[in-house]
Amino acid sequence: MIWIDTIVQGVLLGGLYALFAAGLSLVFGIMRLVNLAHGDLIVMAAYLILVLVTLLGIDPFLAALIAAPFLFGVGWLLQMHVLNRTLGPDILPPLLVTFGLSIVIQNALLEGFSADSKRLSVGQLETASLALGPVNVGVMPLLTFISAIVVIVALNRLFYSTSLGRAFRATSDDAVTASLMGVRPQNIFATATGIAMVVVTIAALYLGTRANFDPTIGPARLIYAFEAVIIGGLGSLWGTLAGGIIIGVAQTLGAAINPEWQILAGHVAFVVVLLLRPRGLFPRAVD
Amino acid sequence: MALLQTENLTAHYGDFQALFGVDIRLEEGETVAIIGANGAGKTTLMRSISGVLRNQPEAIVFDKDRIGSTHAADIVKKGIAMVPEGRKLFPSLSVEENLLIGAYGRKTDGPWNLESIYSMFPVLKERRTNAGTALSGGQQQMVAIGRALMSNPRVLLCDEISLGLAPVIIKDIYAALPKIKETGTSIVVVEQDIGQALKVADRVYCMMEGRITLEGSPSDLSRDAIHNAYFGASA
Amino acid sequence: MTMPAQTNWTVETRTRTSTIFLGLAAVLVVVLALAPFYASRSLIQDLFFILTMLVLAQGWNLLAGYAGLVSVGQQAFVGIGAYAMFGGVILLDLDPLVSIALGGIAAALLAIPTAFFTFRLQGAYFAIGTWVVAEIVRLTVAQWKALGGGTGTSLPRSATREMFGLEFLKDTFGFKTSAATDVITFWLALVLAVVTVGVVYRLLRSRQGLGLAAVRDNQNAARSVGVDAQRIKTIVYLSTAFITGLAGALIYVQKARISPDAAFSVLDWTAYVIFIVVIGGIGTIEGPIIGVLVFFALQNSLSGYGSWYLLVLGLLGIVIMLFAPRGLWGLFTDRTGIELFPIRRRLSGDPNEKSGG
Repeated sequence: MIWIDTIVQGVLLGGLYALFAAGLSLVFGIMRLVNLAHGDLIVMAAYLILVLVTLLGIDPFLAALIAAPFLFGVGWLLQMHVLNRTLGPDILPPLLVTFGLSIVIQNALLEGFSADSKRLSVGQLETASLALGPVNVGVMPLLTFISAIVVIVALNRLFYSTSLGRAFRATSDDAVTASLMGVRPQNIFATATGIAMVVVTIAALYLGTRANFDPTIGPARLIYAFEAVIIGGLGSLWGTLAGGIIIGVAQTLGAAINPEWQILAGHVAFVVVLLLRPRGLFPRAVD
Repeated sequence: MALLQTENLTAHYGDFQALFGVDIRLEEGETVAIIGANGAGKTTLMRSISGVLRNQPEAIVFDKDRIGSTHAADIVKKGIAMVPEGRKLFPSLSVEENLLIGAYGRKTDGPWNLESIYSMFPVLKERRTNAGTALSGGQQQMVAIGRALMSNPRVLLCDEISLGLAPVIIKDIYAALPKIKETGTSIVVVEQDIGQALKVADRVYCMMEGRITLEGSPSDLSRDAIHNAYFGASA
Repeated sequence: MTMPAQTNWTVETRTRTSTIFLGLAAVLVVVLALAPFYASRSLIQDLFFILTMLVLAQGWNLLAGYAGLVSVGQQAFVGIGAYAMFGGVILLDLDPLVSIALGGIAAALLAIPTAFFTFRLQGAYFAIGTWVVAEIVRLTVAQWKALGGGTGTSLPRSATREMFGLEFLKDTFGFKTSAATDVITFWLALVLAVVTVGVVYRLLRSRQGLGLAAVRDNQNAARSVGVDAQRIKTIVYLSTAFITGLAGALIYVQKARISPDAAFSVLDWTAYVIFIVVIGGIGTIEGPIIGVLVFFALQNSLSGYGSWYLLVLGLLGIVIMLFAPRGLWGLFTDRTGIELFPIRRRLSGDPNEKSGG
């Protein structure tokens, strides 16, 4: 019985990791950009939500709603004016620039908010739980998981049944030919990063409500997110969810055996999956 | 004034100069063929007009608009669409999606939409849900032409649309050009296949080593003149 | 009588500047080696820091700048080297200096399974893979109770006090015990830095180095002319791990206190190192040298400003990567044409020059 409970908790945790990873997966899928500052952007978004909650005295959910369009703009500008310059056949510039960005964001947050850990409060929801068959699940973890699925369904719809989604895929295939169709690749990339930042806002909402956060926790979240993306296979959003669940379940199982093994078990699962399937579980036909 | 005109157009790839002062013009409703051997600069000329290669603003004039330094995406919106060499279908998109993305930058309605393209190339309707790259070469070329038409262009640039195709298929593809012309679209056809080009063209330019070496109507040009312009005068 | 102008082309990698520079460098090394006899203890410690960071930077530069292996997991080798050294001293009762070799060997051994795993990953995924491996090693070492587990441990005083060569220094030159430890680690750091630069320089000028450049420029083309990319990359990866492990062990002989979080810090052993290389100029031997000096100057002048220091460092890294991707040294070479460690092959010889006739 306890095992079922552990696995269910792990699956729900996987939803959180999939949320961390969805924006990363989107951006990587479209422009092959690996954003090492993704975790720090999530933490930054969590602080923005916190500021809105504190200043306006509103609910974190509402605050996230207000933060999302603003962060879309931040993502758009960041891509347009900084990251677009790094795209090309050489992988060093994007890696190093986003790595620098990660350090900058962490230390700007430290300067602005100190190293004290913070939390977003959602009142009674934090402790509420409901019985799902034999196991009790927390309302917040469940909400996180449902949000992850909603985000992935929405992104997939955007990707496969809208004009913008066609432009995303066409630009990803061949930016020069896409521009012959009237698509401006630079704008497409900026829009993609803007959308990724909206997903980042949702991830930040759950990051901040479910546990304490401080300016330095970004990189650790980034690793989980990357593991989910890589295990899932390039550019597959459902694969990213599967990857998140694998990491989540491995972590809760590891923790059930020895609390010190939680994180280690997730990393080991990542290595094992990649040794068996070097291209991840659901690789796209075209890379 | 011509609909589309290049004036002393030059182009460079790094240190290599590919075009040396090319002047061509295209009148409204006209079909012009540009012939020349491999490496003559035909594709470079097409890439310059379509905005893939940028230039001096005044080097290219379209409908009184100086577009030499305009971004490719804006050139489509102004009304010049290109069928690129090698077809360049998007592998992640289905046949129908490949056509639809051709209309991405479209501002005005016109004769071309999914329905009229499917009626010109019925086989594409049957294969609309296939991946573009799963089609035969000839069918892929139809998609590429349809995709360019979806923007309802005033000028259609066709870069080597016969390349790598069997003669029967080439005939089918070329049969579409008069239909396109009927809708009032002006066409530039770049070809190595002189026979096909001369059949559809109102006027012909011949290119060699980055320069225009000959201009005239197909009936006026003798075989020898074309041969010399194409391969260089034989000693 | 005149001979027909015969061209005597020769392939050269040396330039006159570089030959002069080699002489100056030798003098500089001697001056540095004598530093303990005229410099203050804190200067010796600063120099130790600069030299060890230089070793790490040369290693990362070799990986990322020449072999295209962008690792963000070098802290795995610093940490395992340091822990192996601690293990040697505490568990095997070895002399710390002997134990440093153990650190290098442990890092090279760790690099074998790590390479097996990470080399399956391409490009950016390789970077993430190396980071995950470093995390796994950190978390595993934190379970090693004999070496203090998650909280870490210190080198036993007896071990450092009886370190090889210490008595000699104390008796001959009258150093105090603690100062003598610094002097020994400083000399080792100097030797390690000089050897590292020398080895990297020789490697890049050798046939393997040419192969490496070919692999970096075009992996498929290199393979088609018989360059075994995978083999060269593996050799580079393993040797860098060895050097990084030695540096890690040496750094922790001097620190004498270790914890998993410090020894496997991605900030200290990878982020700083990356900034050093990027700021100085990636893909050159001079770059890391310039970079480490700039880094040290920045750290000294800005360290009072807390996180502002890292913020500035991060911004500087971004700006350089965007606007001067070949770093400060690249800017300098572009202006002056000077190369101190020339590794490009150039044709020399003049058709008009008389050739013995």
